[in-house]
Amino acid sequence: MENIAKLIAWKFGNDRTRLMDMLIEIQETEGYISKANARELAGLLGTSQADIEQTISFYHFLSMKPRGRYSIYLNNSVVAEMFGRKAIRETFEKAAGISFGEVTPDGLIGLFDTACIGMSDQEPAAIINNKVFTRLTPFRAKEIIRYIREGRSLNELVHEGFGDGKNQDPRLRAMVSSNIRRKGMVLSDNYHYGKVLREKLPTMSPEAVIAEVKHSHLRGRGGAGFPTGFKWEFCRRAKGPKHFVVCNADEGEPGTFKDRVILTEKPELVFEGMVVAGYAIGSDQGILYLRYEYRYMKDYLEGVLQNMRNEGLLGRNICGIEGFDFDIRIQYGAGAYVCGEESALLESLEGKRGEPRDKPPFPVEKGYLELPTIINNVETFATVVRIIENGGEWFTQFGTEDSTGTKILSISGDCMFPGVYEVNWGFNVNDMLDMVGAYDVQAVQVGGPSGTLIGPDEFYRTLGYSDLSTGGSMIIFGKQRDLLREVVLNFMEFFIDESCGSCSTCRNMPQVMRNKLHKILDGKGVKKDLDDLREWGKLLLASRCGLGQTAGNPIISSLKNFPHLYERLLQRDKTFDEGFDLEASVKAANAYVGRKAVFHHHEH
Amino acid sequence: MSELIKFRIDGTECMAESGTYIVEAARQNGIYIPTLCNMPGVKPKGACRICTVRINGRMMTSCTTPVTQGMEIESNSETINELRKSIVELLFVSGNHFCPACEKSGNCELQALGYYYQMMVPRFPYDFPQKGVDASSPYLIKDQNRCIMCKRCIKAVRDDQGRPLFAFRNRGNHLEVVLDEELGKQMTPELAEAAMAACPVGSILVKEKGFAQPIGKRKFDNKPIGSDVAV
Repeated sequence: MENIAKLIAWKFGNDRTRLMDMLIEIQETEGYISKANARELAGLLGTSQADIEQTISFYHFLSMKPRGRYSIYLNNSVVAEMFGRKAIRETFEKAAGISFGEVTPDGLIGLFDTACIGMSDQEPAAIINNKVFTRLTPFRAKEIIRYIREGRSLNELVHEGFGDGKNQDPRLRAMVSSNIRRKGMVLSDNYHYGKVLREKLPTMSPEAVIAEVKHSHLRGRGGAGFPTGFKWEFCRRAKGPKHFVVCNADEGEPGTFKDRVILTEKPELVFEGMVVAGYAIGSDQGILYLRYEYRYMKDYLEGVLQNMRNEGLLGRNICGIEGFDFDIRIQYGAGAYVCGEESALLESLEGKRGEPRDKPPFPVEKGYLELPTIINNVETFATVVRIIENGGEWFTQFGTEDSTGTKILSISGDCMFPGVYEVNWGFNVNDMLDMVGAYDVQAVQVGGPSGTLIGPDEFYRTLGYSDLSTGGSMIIFGKQRDLLREVVLNFMEFFIDESCGSCSTCRNMPQVMRNKLHKILDGKGVKKDLDDLREWGKLLLASRCGLGQTAGNPIISSLKNFPHLYERLLQRDKTFDEGFDLEASVKAANAYVGRKAVFHHHEH
Repeated sequence: MSELIKFRIDGTECMAESGTYIVEAARQNGIYIPTLCNMPGVKPKGACRICTVRINGRMMTSCTTPVTQGMEIESNSETINELRKSIVELLFVSGNHFCPACEKSGNCELQALGYYYQMMVPRFPYDFPQKGVDASSPYLIKDQNRCIMCKRCIKAVRDDQGRPLFAFRNRGNHLEVVLDEELGKQMTPELAEAAMAACPVGSILVKEKGFAQPIGKRKFDNKPIGSDVAV
């Protein structure tokens, strides 16, 4: 057989910047990336093997060891844990006869943990060979392993049928449910595919498009909230032989899944938004950076893009606009939360480790391949189409003065109706809880682990850039939850796993803080430990990117809003911890010499 | 030549060519800002965060941020110095640094910064991580215990075809800097020397050579780090 690395590298023009595509294809074909293939790629791309391997080892779904013909990736996010992940995990292990992180001796089944896969409204869920299995129960876990052993195909493992809406599309056929529970302008049924491109765009200049977006006061929906119109204007003005439009569909913030739903139900709306952006900034190339967890949408989204090409909404002289060429390709990630940070995303797009870049320069000046690039969230592009359709002025009547328009929330956790809700900005948390049927609520995590944990005394607060800013993740915790053990610890482990490791602060500090939390949970904490946590957490603000700067938030925010949860675990008789346990330290020595040391304690 | 601009560091009026990185601009004005991951001649990548300064209330790394006209930079303040000191301490506890026995002692920039900030006992608990030593190259030893992941060797050490000899492996707190197996065997002794020189600590050591300079003649024995800059 011809060397697979050679074939795949050739397919992508031996272009070093397409390394991600090459590695993903080798991984999917072979089940892993062998040392021989890494060496071959290094030779073809003119670099060292260690350089190829540093990209492989960065991404969770790429591996240099076989991951099994059936690789089961079970989500370990907080919502999965709340809804029975432990039992599923144990069932998988028992049925397969291996532990997580291992592959069965016959190479058939591999079991792995994975961070939030964007299914918090239908957990516990797992990905098996790119197919998503939701609402797992121990019965189903056992059955899935049995079916695999019986030699059934991937599709034959499914009993659930297909989910709602477009999940039934023959190119998608996913058991995932979209769970749209409240529609606003973006998720509205009143969307006429292609209308804005055909009827509006040819009547407007690029400057007029930007002016309309600026007038709408639209701000980025990914969470950071940068004004979209200004971003486009800066990029349009930036000099460069080529400009790029990048759509950030790497939603990895635990508890968010609204981009999954938008891309499932309204992919044309998103792609139209990218075309509008391309027209506005003078770009002919759009890239959708899609997280690998959503690889199951590949055929479906490729099909949508092909339809748009067939109908003249992508390609050359789009909608009769002379000289306006634009096309979109999909680039997949491979499992790295940090790639949702725009400059890390660009590094990943260029086939490298997803390490955020130093800013300045900003992507609008030096982005993809060092060329002017705008990066916007899925929801931002979708929203833009409604703005161009109805006008910026129309848009400002929704929401509040500083947060115009609507926001699509991903709501999960302890509530009757988890799912996607599109609301006007300015909605308050109390109303949100009433809307989703959440009772006896202890706390709400606003904006995912990097956001804030708030209690009932703050439920009067409203969603908006000036109050509770959020990319849309809302996780509800009932009274029965142990916030420190179940939530805060889970979030800290998440940040430790997902740090790129580049900054000394984010590489080390979350671990130091997590260890201190363990100490407190073990009943060994003293008051000074809480002061230390507050003080040490500030060090993270010196990190390069948003991930690092917020990596201590689970502890910092719960310590601020729920101090009593920590204080009640402290040792009452001690304010200072000498940090040394003499009895524990000599335990091993005692065992070795076969006698017991006698301690003379000072009485306090 | 680009234009000269004015800016201030801790209130002191300074001048430099526009576009100069703050750390270099400070140096030109006789002001020392400590660095670890920065290295002349290679593109900066604010990795160690030691050179953090505060500009308009925001933390920025001075090795990656160019000075601009009228910029007000806070560097030698209590807050920033405490931040830098805690980063030094964090680097000490997250590795296994045994200064008294280390070949680079006296020439080590991390150790020198420990002295500079008068570090006594680190405020953070020691992690004592399990880390390995790679001695498979005939020319050098890569000791992970002492590596601070500054990326200097990754960026600076390349063979005659431009291929990097060092690279990261894994991510987060499992991150390591590794030497390419094949290139590590083929490298020249000169490149090995260059790799050791690029390393600010004792993680890259040329084989069969240690403690080449006697105590008293080492880089930081008589001149503390930064004393060549500050007037």
